[in-house]
Amino acid sequence: MGMEKYKGYKDLPIMPITDTPSTVNQTGFWKTFKPIFEKDKCIKCNICWKFCPEPAITLDEEGYPVIALFHCKGCGICANECPKDAIKMVMEE
Amino acid sequence: MVKAVISGNSASAYGAKIAKAEVIAAYPITPQTSIIEKIASFVANGEFKTEFVKVESEHSAMAACVAASLTGARTYTASSSHGLLLMHEMLIWASGARTPIVMSNVNRANGPPWSVWADQHDTMAQRDTGWMQIYCESNQEVLDSILMSYKIGESPDIMIPSMIIEDAFILSHTVEPVDIPDQDAVDDFLPPFAPEKKLDPDDPHGFGSLVMPEWYMEFRYKIAESMDLARDRIREVEKDFEKRFGRSYGGLMDFYEVEDADAVLMIGGSVASTAKEVIDKMRKEGKKVGLARVRYFRPFPVDEVRWLAKKVNKIGVVDRSYCFGHGGPIAAEVYGALLPTGDRPIVKNFIAGLGGKDITPEVLERLFNKMLVTNESGTEKEIEWVDVKGHSLGVE
Amino acid sequence: MIEIRFHGRGGQGAVIASNILAEAAFLEGKSVSAFPYFGVERRGAPVTAYTRIDDKEIRVKSGIYEPDYVIVMDQSLIKAVDVVAGLKPGGKVIINTTKSPGDFDLGEAEVHTVDATGIAIDNRLGSKAAPIVNSAILGGFIKISGVVELDSLLKGVRSLAPVKKEENATAADQAYSKVVS
Repeated sequence: MGMEKYKGYKDLPIMPITDTPSTVNQTGFWKTFKPIFEKDKCIKCNICWKFCPEPAITLDEEGYPVIALFHCKGCGICANECPKDAIKMVMEE
Repeated sequence: MVKAVISGNSASAYGAKIAKAEVIAAYPITPQTSIIEKIASFVANGEFKTEFVKVESEHSAMAACVAASLTGARTYTASSSHGLLLMHEMLIWASGARTPIVMSNVNRANGPPWSVWADQHDTMAQRDTGWMQIYCESNQEVLDSILMSYKIGESPDIMIPSMIIEDAFILSHTVEPVDIPDQDAVDDFLPPFAPEKKLDPDDPHGFGSLVMPEWYMEFRYKIAESMDLARDRIREVEKDFEKRFGRSYGGLMDFYEVEDADAVLMIGGSVASTAKEVIDKMRKEGKKVGLARVRYFRPFPVDEVRWLAKKVNKIGVVDRSYCFGHGGPIAAEVYGALLPTGDRPIVKNFIAGLGGKDITPEVLERLFNKMLVTNESGTEKEIEWVDVKGHSLGVE
Repeated sequence: MIEIRFHGRGGQGAVIASNILAEAAFLEGKSVSAFPYFGVERRGAPVTAYTRIDDKEIRVKSGIYEPDYVIVMDQSLIKAVDVVAGLKPGGKVIINTTKSPGDFDLGEAEVHTVDATGIAIDNRLGSKAAPIVNSAILGGFIKISGVVELDSLLKGVRSLAPVKKEENATAADQAYSKVVS
């Protein structure tokens, strides 16, 4: 929640909300495996985008997925769900 | 201002309408249904522009209200009995998320055995949900309390939801004269809801997200602090309301003829109104009796109870519900409030009127007389069930 | 304080009748309250409803056990329910029936009758099988009780009758002059 700046309860917002959207959370360093996307196999079905539990996949102007490794925590759901095997999980260096 | 002869349920519907609730999500249940029907007819006639959401359960109704409130919309719902019980989880969500929703609840017994009649068990079971609770005495108070509760709850330093409570049938389906204030006067009293933060795609935040143990208590303390602060706010808002509309209800606890009283009954809900009539009659006979009406049960009127205990030596607490295991819920609060003080009036707990058993003037007179003669100091027969057939310890 | 008890069957309009009477008295500047006792909310089941009228604020919120007046919206109820239970000494009862008061043995009660069903059918209120008799019997009731003026009652009927407001007002007016005492 980005609580470092608070000294005590009085500094907290009255509603239990975060200062920032969850898109700033860097979950990218959690991963052991990272997704590699092969555009040639992609049919733009958007299933990977729908299933990604983090805001790690966005769609470009043509409708192809763009993977933000900053957010990707390496769960592999996208690779598992892709009907065309267009996403592969490979070990992080 | 229009003066109309309307039911408590109509008063609730009018309250939501003139408070300009922007989102209403509700599910029908006897005896609350006519609130929803009245609002639906307002919407159908084009008299009330609100987002009326039909849902599949009370749990969903409250979930929809929480989400709507987080978008910055003034939000209203209504329920009763088992419907309120089904809402329980989301009631806690609403107060934790600091959504100042206002709901009407028609006080109805919980089953089984099945009963649709007046009883406070449904709302007393929500004691710890973090909602303010107002037990009303008249249909006018139902309407006025809705207006005041939005103003109190939506204060930036309060942000707590409120439950406006009407006794089943005794208020919900009884018609009596009610002043319906003019829209301009209400708008002037109650400005639009403007929370500091709301769900807004242009200013995204995480709402109600996880907090680590280091900060959970701090957020909960803030609710406790706001609930304590609400006591003064309730009194201030009521003063302002009285100045504008000429009506007031005694803040957290409404006292009647207690100054010189030898014995006082403490009661929540519409029975208090009947008790005032009984007190006038008994005072004419020279019996010094009075009433402390529990208007707010949360926040509890601790200062008022302590003040009362300095004035009178005998307090009979009439609970229209029972906490199985030990005692009535209002009495438990009274004992708790008095323990840290040196004042030790005789406090007795009467359990009466469950499941709509009528609390008549005659019953109240017996309870007053019982208090006037009692010298028991609490531990012996401190809890007495009133008029339970075949129960020898009941008040004769 | 005047206390009135209505005996009807679900669907006959007893609850609305109790509200109309309260509205009429309210229009005369009185304090009022009216409430139903709901047993089983089913068409045909016996229903009771109540009205209180007073010059000062009405604070009593409990039931009515010793009414000044009883209104019986269907004579067949007399066999099913003790319609005069608790009726105050000298209390009056009005029964919707084609019979005469002398045909009823209700102890000390002063009995009056009016053919509210016939009047309701003449004014096409409800159906012939299930006429809505509430406005008509109220017209008869205020004639024998004088608790409100006819004019106030007609205003109350026009304000609260959900449909056929004029027909309901006419029925009340006709019944006012057709009471048998």
